[in-house]
Amino acid sequence: MSKPIIATTSLAGCFGCHMSVLDIDDRILELFELVEFNKSPINDIKKFTKKCDIGLIEGGCCNSENVHVLKDFREHCKILVSVGECAIMGGLPAMRNGIPIRECLEEAYLNGLTVVGNEERIIPNDPELPMLLDRVFPCHEVVKIDYFLPGCPPRADLIWDALVALISGDEMKLPYEVVKFD
Amino acid sequence: MKAEVKKTIEKYGNDKFRLMDILIDIQKENGYIPGEAITQIAEDFEMSEVDVEQTVSFYHFFSQKPTGKYAIFLNNSVVANMMGRAEVAATFMKELGIKFGEVTPDGSAGLFNTSCIGMNDQEPAAIINNRIFTRLTPFRVKEIVRDIREGKDVDEMNVQDWGDGENSSDLIRSVVSNNIRKIGPVLDRDFTAGQAIEKIIKLKPEEVIEEVKKSNMRGRGGAGFPTGLKWEFCRNAPGEKKYIFCNADEGEPGTFKDRVILTERPRLLFEGMVIAGYAVGASEGIVYVRYEYKYLEQHLEKILQQAREANYLGKNILGKKGFNFDIRIQFGAGAYVCGEESALIESAEGKRGEPRDRPPFPVEKGYHDMPTVVNNVETLCSVVKVILKGGEWYKSFGTNESTGTKLLSISGDCKFPGVYEVVWGFSVNDILDMVGAGKEDVQAVQVGGPSGALISPDEFNRTLGYEDLATGGSLIIIGKNRDILSGIVLNFMDFFIDESCGSCSTCRIVPTLMRNKLNKILNARGTQQDIDDLTEWGKILKASRCGLGQTAGNPILSSLKNFPALYEEKIQKNKSFDSGFDLNAAIKESAKATGRIPNF
Ligand SMILES: Cc1cc2nc3c(=O)[nH]c(=O)nc-3n(C[C@H](O)[C@H](O)[C@H](O)COP(=O)(O)O)c2cc1C
Ligand code: SF4
Ligand code: SF4
Repeated sequence: MSKPIIATTSLAGCFGCHMSVLDIDDRILELFELVEFNKSPINDIKKFTKKCDIGLIEGGCCNSENVHVLKDFREHCKILVSVGECAIMGGLPAMRNGIPIRECLEEAYLNGLTVVGNEERIIPNDPELPMLLDRVFPCHEVVKIDYFLPGCPPRADLIWDALVALISGDEMKLPYEVVKFD
Repeated sequence: MKAEVKKTIEKYGNDKFRLMDILIDIQKENGYIPGEAITQIAEDFEMSEVDVEQTVSFYHFFSQKPTGKYAIFLNNSVVANMMGRAEVAATFMKELGIKFGEVTPDGSAGLFNTSCIGMNDQEPAAIINNRIFTRLTPFRVKEIVRDIREGKDVDEMNVQDWGDGENSSDLIRSVVSNNIRKIGPVLDRDFTAGQAIEKIIKLKPEEVIEEVKKSNMRGRGGAGFPTGLKWEFCRNAPGEKKYIFCNADEGEPGTFKDRVILTERPRLLFEGMVIAGYAVGASEGIVYVRYEYKYLEQHLEKILQQAREANYLGKNILGKKGFNFDIRIQFGAGAYVCGEESALIESAEGKRGEPRDRPPFPVEKGYHDMPTVVNNVETLCSVVKVILKGGEWYKSFGTNESTGTKLLSISGDCKFPGVYEVVWGFSVNDILDMVGAGKEDVQAVQVGGPSGALISPDEFNRTLGYEDLATGGSLIIIGKNRDILSGIVLNFMDFFIDESCGSCSTCRIVPTLMRNKLNKILNARGTQQDIDDLTEWGKILKASRCGLGQTAGNPILSSLKNFPALYEEKIQKNKSFDSGFDLNAAIKESAKATGRIPNF
C-alpha cells in the first residue's frame, strides 16, 4: 500500500497548532516515514498536486480566501480534521463576532490609537484583497468536518495519537487528561 | 437626581435587599435608570457600581436609556401573533415613525417587544406605562397614538368598557377581562375572609400540615411537589426566621389564571399564606408578582390593608397569642426565570434573578438564607379549601395521583378562551369540547406552555394529570391554518434564548444552535443530519442547572417527536450534508463597509 497523503493549512489561526505538530519532536522523522505530505506550510507545497487522505485544518474562516482554501481541502481530502480551538469554535479571532464589522474596520484603520498616516481615511479595499466575512466561522459551519481535535493548541501527543489512529485505523486512546480543560 | 434617589432609598428603609423596589421607582419616575442613580445607589449601599448595574441590566423593564414618556411594550407571544399582532405592530411603527427598540426623536414614545404578558385570552395586548391595553386593532392603535400626541394620561386613554368583576373597581379600572368560564371548588365564592384562620388557630401547626398532607395536594406551579411535605420540611428546618413566598410570577407563556386569582380572589390567596405561615412557623410572607401585573398593585394593597384592620394579618392574629404574620408585595421587573423558586428569592433580595445551585433547597436555605416555602398562587388558594372542608373532601376530586382541581388558562384558536377550573383527569378532547374548538379544526395543542409538549390529534385522548400530561395549566390551541414551525416553535425558541439567565453554558448556547438549525431547515438548507443533530443536542440541555435550560429544547424536541413530517418535508433528500454556509450573505456587511463589490 502506498503511504497515506497528508495536507495541512492554517486559516484564521496563529500557527500555534502547526507548531504543536512540530512539537512531536523526533517523531517527525517517523511521521515522514509513515506518510507523504502534500499541500502544507511544512514543506511549502502551495497547491494540491493530488488527492489526499487526511487534511488538518488550523484556524476558522475569517475571510473569503479562508473559505476557498477550506473548500479546496474538502474537495481534495478524504478526511478533514479541525485542529484546535480556532478551527473548532473560531477561537480568539471570533472575539470580534459580537462587534459589527464596520466598527472593527473603523477601529483598525481609522480611529484606533495606533493608526498613523492614512490621511485619506481609507479602509483597505483593493480588489486583490480577500473579503472579510461579517463574522468568523468555525470550519464545520462551512464544510463537513469529520473529526475535531480540541486544545489551544492540541498537545503534540494528541495530534500524534490522532494521526496514528487515522492511519492505522485503530481506535484512538483518549485518556482523561487529554479531554479535561480546567 | 441625587436627592430623589436618596429619598427613594429611605422609603425602603435604607435596605439594600430592597434594590428591586428602589429601581422600579426610579425607572417609573424617569422612564429609565440614569447612570447617576446607579452611582448614587452604589455609594449609599457601599456596593460596587457593577453590582447595581448587573441587577439593572438583567430585567426587561429596567432600561439604562430613556424609554419615552409613553413606553409601549407590545406582546409578541405566539397567541398575540395568532390574533393579529403583525398589523397592530405595523400600525404602531407607522403612526409613531419608529421601529421596535426605538424612541421617537421628541422622546414622547418608545416602542418595545415583550414576551407573554398574561393576557393570552385577549390578545393582541400591550402595556403602556403600567396600564394594560387588550384586544388591540390597527384602529385602536391610531387612537392611542393620537392620545399620546395630545399628551393624555394613560388612564384617560382607555375608551373601551372596563373589564368584568373587580377589573372595573376604582383601584384597578382596567380593560382586562377575567373570562372565568368554569368555577370549581377553589374558585367557588363560598368563602369569607378569616374563616380558615378561625379554624387553624384552634389546631396545632402539625395538625394543619397533616390535613394538607392528607389531601395529597401537589404544587400547582408546574413541578408538582407535595405541598404538605414541603411545609413539613420547612417547619423542621432550623432557622430563627422563616418565610412564605407566593410565586405570582406567572411567566410561562399562555398562563394567566394567577392574574385572575389576584384580581378576583386575593383574600383567598392571602388567607392561604397565613395558613402556610402558621403551619411552618413563619412571620413574614412575600407575594412576588410579575411586573406585568403592576396595575393590580393598589387593589392588592387595599385588600392587605383590610386584612390588617380585621387582624387577619398583624400581631396575635385573631387573638392567638404569638401568632404574628404580615405580607408584603414584591414586584419583579420582567424576567421569566424569576419564576424559578430560587431565582425568585434572589430577585426578592435585590439581585439578578439567577437560580441558585440546589441543594440546599429553599425550604432549608431560602430568603436571607432562612427556611422558605415557595408556593404557587393556586396552591395557596387550594389549601384554604382543604382546611375548610378537609383533606378527605379534597381528595374526592380528581384522580389518585392528581387530587383536586386545576385552573387551566386556555387560549388560541377556540371560541371561549379563558380560565376554567376542572377536576384532574379530563382528556384533551374533553377540554376541546368545553372551550368550543372543533376537533377537525385543531392541528395541535401546546400543553404546559413552551416548556411543555406540543401534542397532535393522535394524543388528544391523553388525560391531564401528573400520571400522564402534567401541566401548570397553560393550553394553547393551534388551528389547522397555523404554521407550527415558523409561527410557534421558532417563537418559543426565541423566548427561551432571550430569557436564559446565561449562567450555564448549555442553556446559553445550545438553544441558539438549535434555533439556527431550525432556521436552516426552514430555509430549505437542512438535511437528515440536522434533524439527527437536533435530537442529540437536545439531550445536552438536561445538564442545565434549572428547569428553564432543561426544557429549553422542548419546542423543537416535542414538535420533532409528534410532527416529524413537518421537518422531513423541508429537508434536502439528495444531500447527506449541507453546512448552510452562504458566502455572499457572509460578506454582505463587510462589502458595504469597504465599499467593495464581491469578486468571486
Ligand atoms: C423557569 C421556571 C419558571 C417558573 N415559573 C413559575 C411561575 O411563574 N409560577 C410558579 O408558581 N412556579 C414557577 N416555577 C416553578 C417554581 O420553581 C416552583 O416549583 C413553584 O413555585 C413551587 O410552587 P408549588 O409547589 O406551589 O407548585 C418555575 C420554574 C422554572 C424552572
Ligand atoms: S487553536 Fe490556539 S494555537 Fe491553534 S491556531 Fe488557534 S490560537 Fe493558535
Ligand atoms: S438553566 Fe438557564 S436559566 Fe437556568 S440557571 Fe442555567 S443558564 Fe440560568
